[in-house]
This record gives sequence, structure tokens and C-alpha cells, in this order.
Amino acid sequence: MSMPFYVPPEQLMKDRADFARKGIARGRSLVALEHDGGIVIVAENPSTTLRKISEIYDRIAFAAVGKYNEFDQLRIGGVRAADMLGFRYSRRDVEARSLANQYAQAIGHEFTSGVKPLEVELLVAEVGDDREGDRLFHISFEGTVIDEDGFCVLGGDADLVSARLRDNGPADGSLSAALKAAVAALAGPDRTLTSDDLEVACLVRADRRRRFERIEGAAVDHLLA
Amino acid sequence: MQLPRFAQGSDPGPSFVDLLKHSGLSPFNAPDAEVEVPHGTTCLAMRFDGGVLIAGDRRATAGNLIRSRHMDKVVQADLHSGVAFSGAAGPSMEMIKLFQLQLEHYEKMEGRSLSLEGKANQLSAMIRENMPAAMQGLVVLPLFAGFEPADGSGHIWDFDVTGGRYEEREYVTIGSGGMHAGTVLKVGWRSTLDRGAAVTLACRALWEAAEADSATGRPDFLRALYPIMATITADGWASVPDAELETVFRGIEEEVRTR
Repeated sequence: MSMPFYVPPEQLMKDRADFARKGIARGRSLVALEHDGGIVIVAENPSTTLRKISEIYDRIAFAAVGKYNEFDQLRIGGVRAADMLGFRYSRRDVEARSLANQYAQAIGHEFTSGVKPLEVELLVAEVGDDREGDRLFHISFEGTVIDEDGFCVLGGDADLVSARLRDNGPADGSLSAALKAAVAALAGPDRTLTSDDLEVACLVRADRRRRFERIEGAAVDHLLA
Repeated sequence: MQLPRFAQGSDPGPSFVDLLKHSGLSPFNAPDAEVEVPHGTTCLAMRFDGGVLIAGDRRATAGNLIRSRHMDKVVQADLHSGVAFSGAAGPSMEMIKLFQLQLEHYEKMEGRSLSLEGKANQLSAMIRENMPAAMQGLVVLPLFAGFEPADGSGHIWDFDVTGGRYEEREYVTIGSGGMHAGTVLKVGWRSTLDRGAAVTLACRALWEAAEADSATGRPDFLRALYPIMATITADGWASVPDAELETVFRGIEEEVRTR
């Protein structure tokens, strides 16, 4: 009978974390920023059909970086969980915090006991009636949830992009300023990004039920101009 | 609460109804015996130049009693469609809520809306599922109207209790006052009707239905309760404001007075 080799838990976790980190670092980063009119989420994504940002519920958006098939399954799970909760109770009872916890559970479970950890990093954003009410929950590949304040960066270059955003934040509270700051931080000093390279979506602080909105093509160029 | 996950073979896909069933929350249950519940009555829809109009009175009855005078039997399903119902009020409202959710759920899961015919088909499947309850008296008979951006025109459907789906070219009426409303529409309908003329004709039809059918509510000037009416065009769903309805109904009232 063969005995499995003993691997210390520290080593096991480190190997799994390195694996997930490497997978995530292969893709481009993503930025979410609160502003006066809501929350804007910007991802570097040349595809117009394979989305990184999508609608979960009335006030809640989902954004992710990493392996598409893995985060798309999580997105679908989130839409299902939210719609079921809203159907059984009320639309008001669906909130980002509980959804973020469910994601953390699922990702954390996969990280410690799955065949391989999920190579994804998620953002669950919820727009409030004012900036105080905005929520940005950042869920990392091992299932840690961070309640971010003001802005949130996902992806391999997160530290670098965060530093740029901290140094050169939005000029004012407008959507246009937030978008400009986000795109500049994503691009860095040596590149320029146009609307063709970007996927932009907003959670709008407006008096209506469904707050999620995509901004595409010419509308993005207009805001960046 | 846990994130719902399914094995490959039992994944419900973009259908919200199937998701509920897979989670043990089947929305369609038939009672064991016949039950007396509130019923909704007259609704209509018609095509006009540029879109469709959908309307319904506000009364719900239980036997010979008026159960509600301000029921919303005409509701928006999504940006480009609406649904109205007659029949047992409880199951009808539940079905409409499920239908609205189904359209939104599909849109979020797949990243685009269903085609208008796809939406009508979904509703037809729900009516079919409700058959056992319908046999016990809980009949739900909706009508569905919407605008299809792909072909730039409005479409209307009515249904039978087995889920049969019939697209109509001119107008449809349902409910106990449907026959009387239908006669008015039959005489007055033209393919060239504009929005204003369509609104007037719909008001006239509901008025005549209320005159002849005790289960159909009249416009209630005392409480400022008017039928729910909306148009659906390329720009989407737009409710006809109460002020406009009041003017039209006052006109009809005056005309009847001086007959």
C-alpha cells in the first residue's frame, strides 16, 4: 500500500495561492469607482460579447477578472440566487453583502477543498441612494471579502493600478472625471486606451428599478474627450 | 443561503420557472376542490399605427360582490411588452409576477432579451402548466401585447386555457365584458388609427362593456379611478395618463347624456 507524501498545510496553501495568482495575472485589470451619479466599472476587454461586467439585480452589478468560464458560472449562480431571493421575499431584501458572502463561501470552499482553486477575482457592487450607501465588495481567489471604500481594482496589476489611481484620482465627482481617471490608471503612462479596448458599465443613482447600464462606443469616447 | 449550483444534466439554463422547480419551489399547484376567489374581468388590446394599445378595467369580483375597485390587471412585462389578465386574480397575479421575472432572468442570464414571439411562447407554457388549477376553477387567461423592434411593428396574442396561443391582426378582448368591448372595437377599428383615436376607441369599448356587464367596472370619477391603459411603441411602454382618460370619458358621458 502506498502512502501519500506529507505536505505541510502552509506549503499546500502557498502552492494553491501561487497557482491562482498566476492565472489571474495573465488577464487585464478592472477598476470600479464611486462618483456622485453612481458607480462606474471599467475593464480592459476588447470583446463585445464575452463580458466581464454584468447585471445581477436592480442595484447590484458583478465584475470579474480571471478565467472566463469560471467566473461566468459564478455570475450565473449569483443571478439565480438573487432572483430566487427576490421572488421568495421582496426585491428590497436582495443586497450585495449577502451575495458577496455567498461568493466568498463558494470560492473559499473551492480554494481549500476543490481539485484546483478558481482563478478568479470578483467585485460585487451595489449603488445606494447616496455615496454613503454605495458598496464595493472585493472577493479574492481564496475567498477573502474586502469592503472597499471609494474605488476597487481587480487583476494582476492591481497594486500598480491602485497606486496610479491614488496619485491621480478623479478631478471632480462627475462620471466623466471618474471614467477618465479609471482609464488613465488602467493604461499607465505608456499606453492609451480607446473605447474599442474597453468595457464600461454603470450603476446609476437614479429613481428607477433597474440601475445597471452599459456605456458603449461613441458614448465612451464622448465621456473621455 | 447558498449559491445555487447544479450538476451538468440538471441545469435549468436561463429559465426561471425551471430554476424554481429544481429548487423545490414549483409555482404551479392545483387545489383539491373548487374554490371561490376574486376574478378580474374586461381587458383588451389593439394594434394601431405605430404600435399596440393595451387596456383593462379595475374591478375584481367574487361571486356577486365587488372585491376590489382598483386592481391593476394591465401590467408592463418588460420594456417592449405588456400583459393583461382576466380570470382568478390570485393565480393571475402570481403568473404575471413569474412572467416578468422570467423575462428579466433570461435577459440577465443570456445578455439579450427574448424575441416578442419567444415571450408569448413563455406565457403560453405557463398557462399550460396551470391547467390542473384551471380545471379546479382557477382559470388564468391573459392577453399579451408588445412591439417587436426586429420587424418594427406591434403584435397581440390571446390564449386559451390549454396554452393555445393565437396571434390576432386587429384587436383582442378577454373577460366577462369582452364580448361587448369586442363589438365596439369590431365596428370602430381601422388599420390607420393613430394613438389618440386608439385611446378613444378603447375607452368607448370599456364603457360599453361596463354598461352591459356587471362584473366590469366603470370609470370612477368620484375616486378618480380610471382604467389602466398603455401604449407600446418603438420607444417602449408608455402609460396613458389619468388626466387624458378623464377627458375622454367625460366626453363619452356627455355624448351619452345628449343621445
